[in-house]
Amino acid sequence: MTPKPAQPRLEWRGVSKRFGDKLVLDGVDLAVDPGRSLVVIGGSGQGKSVLIKIAAGLLRADGGEVRLDGQPLAPGAAHAPGYGFLFQGAALFDSLPVWENIAFRLLHADGLPRRAARARALDAMDRVRLPASAADQRPNELSGGMQKRAGLARAIIADPDILFFDEPTTGLDPVTGGVIDALIVEQVRRLGCTAVSITHDMASARRIADRIAMLHAGRIVWQGSADEVDRSGHPLVDQFVSGRSEP
Amino acid sequence: MNPLAALGRATLGAARRTGAVTLFGARGLLSAFTRPFFPGQTARQMLVIGFRSLPVVGLTAVFTGAALALNIHTGGGRLNAEQVMPQIVALGIVRELGPVLAALMLAGRVSAAIAAEIGAMRATEQIDALATLSTDPYRYLVAPRLAAAILSLPLLTAVADILGIAGGWLVATATLDFDGRLYIRNTLDFLEPWDVISGLLKAAVFGLIVALMGCWHGFHAKGGARGVGRAATFAVVSAAVLIFAADYLLTGVFTA
Ligand SMILES: Nc1ncnc2c1ncn2[C@@H]1O[C@H](COP(=O)(O)OP(=O)(O)OP(=O)(O)O)[C@@H](O)[C@H]1O
Ligand SMILES: [Mg+2]
Repeated sequence: MTPKPAQPRLEWRGVSKRFGDKLVLDGVDLAVDPGRSLVVIGGSGQGKSVLIKIAAGLLRADGGEVRLDGQPLAPGAAHAPGYGFLFQGAALFDSLPVWENIAFRLLHADGLPRRAARARALDAMDRVRLPASAADQRPNELSGGMQKRAGLARAIIADPDILFFDEPTTGLDPVTGGVIDALIVEQVRRLGCTAVSITHDMASARRIADRIAMLHAGRIVWQGSADEVDRSGHPLVDQFVSGRSEP
Repeated sequence: MNPLAALGRATLGAARRTGAVTLFGARGLLSAFTRPFFPGQTARQMLVIGFRSLPVVGLTAVFTGAALALNIHTGGGRLNAEQVMPQIVALGIVRELGPVLAALMLAGRVSAAIAAEIGAMRATEQIDALATLSTDPYRYLVAPRLAAAILSLPLLTAVADILGIAGGWLVATATLDFDGRLYIRNTLDFLEPWDVISGLLKAAVFGLIVALMGCWHGFHAKGGARGVGRAATFAVVSAAVLIFAADYLLTGVFTA
């Protein structure tokens, strides 16, 4: 089989997911091209986190499939190196100091010596503007925003080629949010990563997205390039972008 | 509802759960004995599960041994057989009460703690995070706890055996006019290696039960803080019940 020239890096095909009798995703079709940044927007509880967890292999779809470079995703794909995931609540291991959290993959999966892993962790902390003094603190001693940055440092430390960001800037001050956005852009533009992000923050979405897709009631109701979002002609998108409470 | 259908459904549900727990435990055990290992995690769990349980297990054993001595002395008196009290106390402790009491204390202390810790990790997506960091949660979380409990509980039981017999000795020499040296000689002459070993084997199985129930209920906790609390309760209750059931089965096997 000859690969098609513009094959998506990651693709959801008719993905559906239910929890109990609640249908959360109802046939999602979505794709992101290599080296591009896709942002998924949508209201709370619409299934955005579920959508990217399925793509990362953390949840199994009930119907449809996820394809990576055209191949159906193998079970346990989350274990693959090359994936970086920033969780909505940072999901730091509270039994480990911050630097060991950030260097976790290097220490435990790659078998790097502690000294080298620590140096890499400090380097990653610097990239997300986390002060080196935080390295030996426990995650619960950090503010929410600092935890988020530590989670981001952990996601990017091993130079992954696919990155998932679940609300990377939520709960951050605008300056830090801007730093995180710039970092995501750098990962994608300079290092050629493919990124899938979720956000509620339209300013952030405009900064980091090549494409924007809106998830509503279990389906992708609109998608387009980042600059089309203001003239989508779709009432739900207009409502989301303008922050009005009525469509 | 048709009672027969309800019974059938309950039976099927129980069978399915038993199968799932067995698979979970097998996967955890398999990871405990194959590479990559997490020796640091296992050592830490040995400390938490084994070493820190010493005071509570030791105290329980001393008091139980003392009470047992008094009861058997009274009962033995009715048959004019007070002098066999040391032997019966020793047998009761090493074959039965040492392993069971140590295991029950661990069920309360450790099953609940494991379930709460792993349940909280589930609720805060830390278990998902492990998977995205190329680390198998069974290896990193389940295997070290199973291994630590299986190794720790026989050691704790050995301590409980000694302290339980010491409790009996204390009562016997302080209040019942037994000769201290003779008490010990009688005990040692009477006990056979298998009495002690069968108790330690039981303890290893109980250790598996304690850790497995904690890990299983923690891993499958849902629904935030309430779910974590529920997982801890279920872990203790199911571990305790399974310990008694396993005790009966193993005793049957060992005395056959
Ligand atoms: N493990 C689970 N078990 C049961 N229900 C779940 C589970 N995960 C998600 N859900 C349900 O699926 C729906 C979508 O959840 P999801 O976390 O994807 O929403 P979201 O779009 O990310 O929302 P938010 O913006 O608030 O993070 C919710 O109603 C949630 O209750
Ligand atoms: Mg979410």
